[in-house]
Amino acid sequence: MTAEVGSEHDPLVKVEDLRVHFPIGRGRDKTAVRAVDGVSLEVHRGETLGLVGESGCGKSTTGLALLRLVEPTAGTVTFDGVDLATLSRRELRRWRRRAAMIFQDPYASLDPRVPVGETVGEALDIHDLHQGKRERSARIAELLERVGLHPDVVDRYPHEFSGGQRQRLGIARALACEPEFLVCDEPIAALDVSIQAQVMNLLAELQSELGLTYLFIAHDLAAVQHVSDRIAVMYLGRVVELADRTRIYRDPQHPYTRALLSAIPVPDPPRERRRVRVPLPGDVPSPTDPPSGCRFRTRCPEVFEACGRILPALQQVGAGGRAACLLHGELGDPVERSPHPDAGRGTTTGSHVAEIDPG
Amino acid sequence: MSGPLLSVRDLNVRFGTKRGTAQVVRGMSYDLHEGETLAIVGESGSGKSVSTLALTRLIPTPPGRIEGQVLLDGDDLVTMPEKQLLQVRGTRVGYVFQDPMTSLNPVHPIGRQVTEGMRFHLDVSEHEARDRAVDLLRQVGIPGAEKRLDDYPHQFSGGMRQRVVIAIGLACDPKILIADEMTTALDVTTQAQITDLVQHLQEERRMAVIWITHDLGVVAGIADRVMVMYAGQVIEEASVDRLFAEPRHPYTVGLLMSLPVLGDLRGEALTAIPGLPPSPTDLPDGCSFHPRCSFRDDERCLTEQPPLREIAPGHHVRSFYEVDDATARAASAAQRIEVEPPEASNDDGSPDAGPPGGGRP
Ligand SMILES: Nc1ncnc2c1ncn2[C@@H]1O[C@H](COP(=O)(O)OP(=O)(O)OP(=O)(O)O)[C@@H](O)[C@H]1O
Ligand SMILES: Nc1ncnc2c1ncn2[C@@H]1O[C@H](COP(=O)(O)OP(=O)(O)OP(=O)(O)O)[C@@H](O)[C@H]1O
Ligand SMILES: [Mg+2]
Ligand SMILES: [Mg+2]
Repeated sequence: MTAEVGSEHDPLVKVEDLRVHFPIGRGRDKTAVRAVDGVSLEVHRGETLGLVGESGCGKSTTGLALLRLVEPTAGTVTFDGVDLATLSRRELRRWRRRAAMIFQDPYASLDPRVPVGETVGEALDIHDLHQGKRERSARIAELLERVGLHPDVVDRYPHEFSGGQRQRLGIARALACEPEFLVCDEPIAALDVSIQAQVMNLLAELQSELGLTYLFIAHDLAAVQHVSDRIAVMYLGRVVELADRTRIYRDPQHPYTRALLSAIPVPDPPRERRRVRVPLPGDVPSPTDPPSGCRFRTRCPEVFEACGRILPALQQVGAGGRAACLLHGELGDPVERSPHPDAGRGTTTGSHVAEIDPG
Repeated sequence: MSGPLLSVRDLNVRFGTKRGTAQVVRGMSYDLHEGETLAIVGESGSGKSVSTLALTRLIPTPPGRIEGQVLLDGDDLVTMPEKQLLQVRGTRVGYVFQDPMTSLNPVHPIGRQVTEGMRFHLDVSEHEARDRAVDLLRQVGIPGAEKRLDDYPHQFSGGMRQRVVIAIGLACDPKILIADEMTTALDVTTQAQITDLVQHLQEERRMAVIWITHDLGVVAGIADRVMVMYAGQVIEEASVDRLFAEPRHPYTVGLLMSLPVLGDLRGEALTAIPGLPPSPTDLPDGCSFHPRCSFRDDERCLTEQPPLREIAPGHHVRSFYEVDDATARAASAAQRIEVEPPEASNDDGSPDAGPPGGGRP
C-alpha cells in the first residue's frame, strides 16, 4: 500500500455509468435483471480498490464487465486511456493479456483432467508467451514458485491440492500473461482463516514486487479493509460510497455503509456486547424491479421525501470520499414519472442515462 | 446451578477408510448447561460437525465408530436403542445446518415441513401443529406467515429459507439446539438478525446452544464458552472473554494473528499460520500442531501428546508451551482495533500505532 496512490495521475481503469442488464423471461414476462445499473469508479495504478456489498448486489458482474467477460449494456470502461468498446476483436485479444481474473472457487475453474503445470502452460500458449518447450517449462516452474508452490507439482492434478493451494494455482495461472490488472473475485471466501492470511499476504507481496493493480471483490469487509487502499460499497447495482479505507471505517457517509459496518461482528467480546446495530428492515429488493430514486430508500433509516424522486449521483463529500446520498445535497437524476414502470419494455439498455456531472 | 444438561466424556469417532483409520474426534469431553451457548471453532476438517452429529449418532456406523459417553439428562445416547434415540433427535436435540437447501425438501410446502416433526413426535392435532407453525415462523421473522405456509422453498430468499430451517429446528422445543455454520451462507445484515433471534429464543426457553462456526466475530458475540478444535481434539477451552483476551495455545494465538479485524488500520501484514492441518488418517506423532507451530521449543512436542491441562479455573490448554502474555495480548483484536474515539489516534498506520508483533518468529 503506497502513499501516493489515488493522486492526480490518470487511473488505470475508469468506469463510467456502467450498466449490465440480463434479459430474463419471455413474451409478456420479458424483463431484465439490472445486475449493474450505473456504476462509476476508477482504479489507480498500483492500488487495491476493494468492492464490497451483499450477495447479489452486482460485484462479480462489475468485475466481469471490467474485463469484458460480459458485454456491458451501457456505459464505458477505459483501460489505460483507451475505451475498450472501440477496440477491434484483434486489439481486444491483445489487450486481454494485460488483465486477468482470480475466482472464488479455483477448483471450479481448474480442469480436473489437466495436470496443473499444463493449466499454467495453456495460459502461456494462449498469448504466445514463450519460445519453445524449454522456456515454457522454465516459466511454468517460475510461476509456481512465485506463488509458493514447489515446481515438482507440475504433473499433479487439481484434486490433489488443498483449497489454499488451488487458489495459489489460480493466481499462478492469472499471472502467466504478466497482467497489470487483476480482478480478484472473492479469492479467499472458500478458504480457512489460517489459509486466508497466506493468500492475502501472497497477493500483497506480488503487488509490491510486480506493481500490480487490483480490484478486490469480497463480502468480508474486514478482509477488504485489510487489503484495500480505497473501498467502494455497492448496493443493488450501484456504488453508494467510495472512499479510502480509513475514512470508510471512521466516518462513513452513506446510511447503508453505516448499517453494514454496524452489522459486522468483531472478535472482541466486550466490544461485541457494546455494539449498537443500525437495524435494516426487510430484504434487498429485486434487481428486476428496483425502487425508484435511491435504491436503498425502502430500508433506509434516514429516508425522506426526495429519495423517491431523485436517483442520487456519487458526489464528493468532504475530502477523501464520495457518497451517493441526498443527505449530502440533492444531486442526481430526477426520476421520470411514467404511467407504467416498465415503459421501456423490450429494451434492456439503460434508456435515460441523463448524466449530471457531479463535479 | 443444577447439573449439566449434556455431559460428554471421552468422545471418540473413527472412520474406516481406504487409507486406514481416520481419527476424526479424539477424546472430547465437556458439559453443557441449560441456557448456555458453547461455541466450537476450528479449521475445516477439524471434526466440528462430526463431533456434534455423533452426539445423537447421526453418522453412519459403519464406516463410523463412536466411543465414549454422551449423557443427556442422565441417559447415555451412545448406547440408547435407535427407536428411543429417534425421539431424542426430534424433541430434545434440534439441528440447524449451514445450507438451508439441504435441510428443506424442495417439493413440499414449508408449512408441512415445519409441522412434520411436531405431528410425529408431539401429540398434537394437525390444526394445533399449523397454529404452532405460524407462531414459530412469525417468531423467526417471516412476515405474513399464515399466508406463506403453502409456499415452496424456492419462493423464499436465502435468508428467509434459513429462518424456515431454524423454525424446523425449534419446532419441537428442543432443550439443545445444534447450529452448524447456521449463518455462514448469509449476508452480515441477515446474520445479525438471526443471531439476535436465537439469543432471544434462548432467553425465553432456557435452551442451550452448541454453535459451530469459523467466524470468530460471531463467536465473540454469542458464546459463553468456546472450544477450539484442531485435528479432532479440543486444544483450548475457556470462557469467551478469556479466550479472546488471553489465548494460550499457539494455534489459537496463530488463528487470531491471521485474522483481519475490522478497524485494524495499522496496515501491518497478517501473520499467517504456515502449512496445512494434518489428515485424520495420518496424524503426526506428538502434538498434532507441532509441524505448523512457530513457538515449539521442546523435544517433547515431537514425541509426546500434550494432555489438556487446566491452567486457570475453567481455562484448558493442550500444549506443552503456553504463549506468553505480551504475544497473546498483541494477537487479540482488542489491541489491534484503533482506540475510540477515532480522532484520538494517529493516521495511516504509522509504525508505532499498535503494539509490536511480539513473540518469536
Ligand atoms: N447471467 C445472468 N443472468 C441473469 N441474472 C444474472 C446473471 N448473472 C448475474 N445475475 C444476477 O445479477 C445480480 C448480480 O449478480 P452478481 O453475481 O454480480 O452479484 P454479487 O454481488 O457478485 O453476489 P455474490 O456476493 O453472491 O457473489 C444477481 O441478482 C444475479 O442473480
Ligand atoms: N463418512 C466419513 N468417512 C470418512 N471420513 C469422514 C466421514 N465424515 C467425515 N469424515 C472426515 O472427518 C473429518 C472431520 O469432518 P467434519 O465434517 O467434522 O469437519 P468440520 O470441522 O465440520 O469441517 P468444516 O469446517 O469443513 O465443516 C474430515 O477430515 C472428514 O473428511
Ligand atoms: Mg459474486
Ligand atoms: Mg462442518
